[in-house]
Amino acid sequence: MTMAIPSFTVETRTRASTLSAMAVIALLLLAFAAPFIVSRGVIQDLFFILTMLVLAQNWNLLAGYAGLISVGQQAFVGFGAYTMFGAVILFGVDPVVAILIAGLFSVALAIPTAFFTFRLYGPYFAIGTWVVAEVVRLLLAQWKALGGGTGTSLPREATREMIGVNMMRDLFGMKASEAGDALTYWLALILVIATVGFIYGLLRSKQGLGLAAVRDNEQAARAVGVDARRMKTLVYLATAFITGIAGALIYVQKARISPDAAFSVTDWTAYVIFIVVIGGIGTIEGPILGVIIFFLLQNLLADFGSWYLLMLGLLGIAIMLFAPRGLWGLFSDRTGIQLFPVRRVLKGGPLNLTHKGGPHG
Amino acid sequence: MPILELDGISKKFGALTVAEQISFAVGEGEALGIIGPNGAGKSTLFNLITGNIAADSGSIRFLGSDVTRTPPMARCLSGMGRTFQIPQPFEKLTVFENLLVAGAFGSHRSERDVSDRCAEILVDTGLIDKANAPAGSLSLLQRKRLELARALATEPKLLLLDEIAGGLTEGECRSLVATIRNIHASGIAVIWIEHVLHALNSVVERLLALHFGKVIGIGKPDEIMRSRDVREIYLGIEV
Repeated sequence: MTMAIPSFTVETRTRASTLSAMAVIALLLLAFAAPFIVSRGVIQDLFFILTMLVLAQNWNLLAGYAGLISVGQQAFVGFGAYTMFGAVILFGVDPVVAILIAGLFSVALAIPTAFFTFRLYGPYFAIGTWVVAEVVRLLLAQWKALGGGTGTSLPREATREMIGVNMMRDLFGMKASEAGDALTYWLALILVIATVGFIYGLLRSKQGLGLAAVRDNEQAARAVGVDARRMKTLVYLATAFITGIAGALIYVQKARISPDAAFSVTDWTAYVIFIVVIGGIGTIEGPILGVIIFFLLQNLLADFGSWYLLMLGLLGIAIMLFAPRGLWGLFSDRTGIQLFPVRRVLKGGPLNLTHKGGPHG
Repeated sequence: MPILELDGISKKFGALTVAEQISFAVGEGEALGIIGPNGAGKSTLFNLITGNIAADSGSIRFLGSDVTRTPPMARCLSGMGRTFQIPQPFEKLTVFENLLVAGAFGSHRSERDVSDRCAEILVDTGLIDKANAPAGSLSLLQRKRLELARALATEPKLLLLDEIAGGLTEGECRSLVATIRNIHASGIAVIWIEHVLHALNSVVERLLALHFGKVIGIGKPDEIMRSRDVREIYLGIEV
């Protein structure tokens, strides 16, 4: 049935990706050195950008790859943050350790949540996740030890005595508050690298290919042997873990929590969706571009009050209509540049295969 | 030993009976054609075999083991490949990646292990030129070929084809039939639903005629085509 053919090879790397890998390493070195170079205000802005990027990458993995459109990720941000507060205030755990505990607790919350919400599809799933987030918010607002509905603050000693803060004071001669900001910033940077690394590794793997198939056509994916349900569940749990860690980290830096802020659908889901949609859903580059644009817009429009939200909404709608694959999609289609290529390109063989495929998503 | 055995399979959607006491067997390497007017329950029968629809009663045996209650994914893994009547490609993946998914997941192996085989299937099914094109950009014939190629990538022992020649031009149909004949010749058992009878009859050894969910005849193609019931019901000829 088959004739002898010259052997084929499969490639994923592109020239742009090799170059960009070097650029990324240089950029990362610069980012790690930032606390010694720029002011504390800039570090706090960068911290905000990095943590929003983590949330955006996670939402992108959920919605853009697993097809799970959740509007309830604030459940894990808030639950992670409250877990961290609880561990620090009630059990005297170090905040840095409490961040990891928060991730594990978020997974523990995600298991029963998945049990209920995975019975729902599409828009019903979205609403279901929101309902879950509200339920968790209302429950935690009853917890008097953590300030109930009005919230509470982290004890000053806890953040001053955090792992690493003393060492940084001694080594770099930083003030405690400075060292705290630098530490949370570095943790956020590590979290971004770990998240992007995890997602890119996943997408390059066999499981990632299966996930892309599930996204495109779940029925057909099942017919070729892909366990769609298992894959979605794993993605859901993994994003709950990272989102919980991000939530806890954000609130170590804020040092003040209230249920309304920690479970805010605007802050932790609407903005995140905006970032992913304008940047480009279904790509790793999209949320990176999106978070930068979001930060610039936020600063540009900060003086316009509620007009700010209206402008964000209008921009979001415009991009959905005219560039459904986001600004990165637009750029990538024109230039063919991909920083995180996942295409398996078939080369060699009897024919010269030169057709250029666009990026996933 | 037959590769597939249906025994008394029945299915109702409310008051509508879509499969009634269907029993037949397909031998190893055999090609069976399924004909019947629209609404006869052909695609339902496929979905019962692949597990997309659960039977109300009766049993299905595949390769000697009972699969009546096995989900579609598991049936694929045990060697059942299918094409969909309306092609369902993974549109944002390339043609080659469509096959890679099927190959890697359908046969429990790594991407690296199946990539050569996937490339060969693309050559055999005439899709190699389109290997790196997004599946969403394919024409109808190419989409039908992709359905076939993707099913083959799962390394099936039994291949279920659902109206794969429908909507194609005469020339396209001829080349697709040649491809299917090659696949059959390589020892893969085929069950093929088709309205394009001359295409079907040039490949299959036996025909099964369905009407309102019932088997009204099974046997050699020319016998079935000559039978009174089939002519009356299917071909609409007064006898």
